[in-house]
Amino acid sequence: MTDYMRRDRSWHPPAYTPGYKTSVLRSPKCALLSLDQGPAETSGPVFKADMLHPLDNDLIRNYAAATGSQGEAIGERIIVHGRVTDETGRPVPRTLLEVWQANAGGRYRHRNDRYLAPLDPNFGGCGRFMSDDEGHYFFRTIKPGPYPWPNHGSDWRPAHIHVSIFGEAFAQRLITQLYFEGDPLIPLCPIVRTIRDDRAIDQLVARLDMGEMRSFDCLVYRFDIVLRGRQQTFFENRPEGM
Amino acid sequence: MPVNYLKETPSQTAGPYVHIGLLPAQAGLAMRHNEALNVIAAEGERIVIEGIVHDGLGNPVKDALIELWQPDARGELGAKGLWGRAGADHETGLYRFETIRPPVLPWRNGQSQAPHCSLLIFARGINIHLHTRMYFPEDGALHATDPALLRVDSAARRATLVAARQGPGQYRFDIRLQGENETVFFDM
Repeated sequence: MTDYMRRDRSWHPPAYTPGYKTSVLRSPKCALLSLDQGPAETSGPVFKADMLHPLDNDLIRNYAAATGSQGEAIGERIIVHGRVTDETGRPVPRTLLEVWQANAGGRYRHRNDRYLAPLDPNFGGCGRFMSDDEGHYFFRTIKPGPYPWPNHGSDWRPAHIHVSIFGEAFAQRLITQLYFEGDPLIPLCPIVRTIRDDRAIDQLVARLDMGEMRSFDCLVYRFDIVLRGRQQTFFENRPEGM
Repeated sequence: MPVNYLKETPSQTAGPYVHIGLLPAQAGLAMRHNEALNVIAAEGERIVIEGIVHDGLGNPVKDALIELWQPDARGELGAKGLWGRAGADHETGLYRFETIRPPVLPWRNGQSQAPHCSLLIFARGINIHLHTRMYFPEDGALHATDPALLRVDSAARRATLVAARQGPGQYRFDIRLQGENETVFFDM
């Protein structure tokens, strides 16, 4: 198997970003050590669709159903969809995506979140799904609320959904956050601003997709995801041993 | 102008509530409580790996999440590779995997790699996941020719990639994010 292209670390946030205080003691001081890619880097776990529950991609219903409630989550009903490709534009099919988020009031259903906004008895904030053969994915949820967090006094997180993507290889593994078009908190957020290039930040902003809007039901946002691309095979003269 | 590719989606921290999405039972959610992703069912010599991720002051990172990736007992990866996920304990910071001891892995040009597990670390304050490896203390002779360990210039830094044996099949692997004995992290 061929190697993945180098990761452009100037596009990603660096480890040490003092504006986001928690990074100060959690960032390595030594340079990362370049590692050639072998079989463990150019392959990754393969998840099977049969691990998924039919409601896993429906955050409006999945927690309520798991707790025996007939209810639905409160909030602005949305569908998020998009396509997972690599840097060369090739679709990344049948890869596992996992998402988590706060409820409409900005409160997480987590034992460590003590924000004063109430929990929604019908919302857990946890979902997962796979991309299809063409790399497309979608899930239904409610738009999360912004919330305050202790950093520089009370900073505010823009509304966001955490997204975890496996890709096809360990080298493609990625966790990121999705923001929403038009949110005035995006440029104020110290975590967003760990990313230095505004074009890279823009890549994390989901766009309102009125073409896919569901009448009298849901607004729809589009969020495309790009994972590292694989190099082409130019010469077959390098035995990999596998 | 060089050739333009699409740009990789930039990383953002997994944050303190990572468990909701990745280990919902540990967050306290009444969902998927039967999932024990840190216990990897596979044939082979069973082992336990435990440890703590430490920050630059030596404090345990109690909201760290670690993913493990390794070959099965026959050295197979891909669909047969073994993957696991463990959250640090909310009170102690201790993480724990139950898995099998991986075999020697092939490398390029007929070389081989000493047995190891690949690990990714995610946490609040970590803007892009960190990648390291855990090697086994009994394999000293193989370490001398391991292509990744050979890239590490000092013996002291190499030692950060080797677990401590605590008993038969019991290994301790602490990860130091910063400062004295900082673990070697890779760019793959």
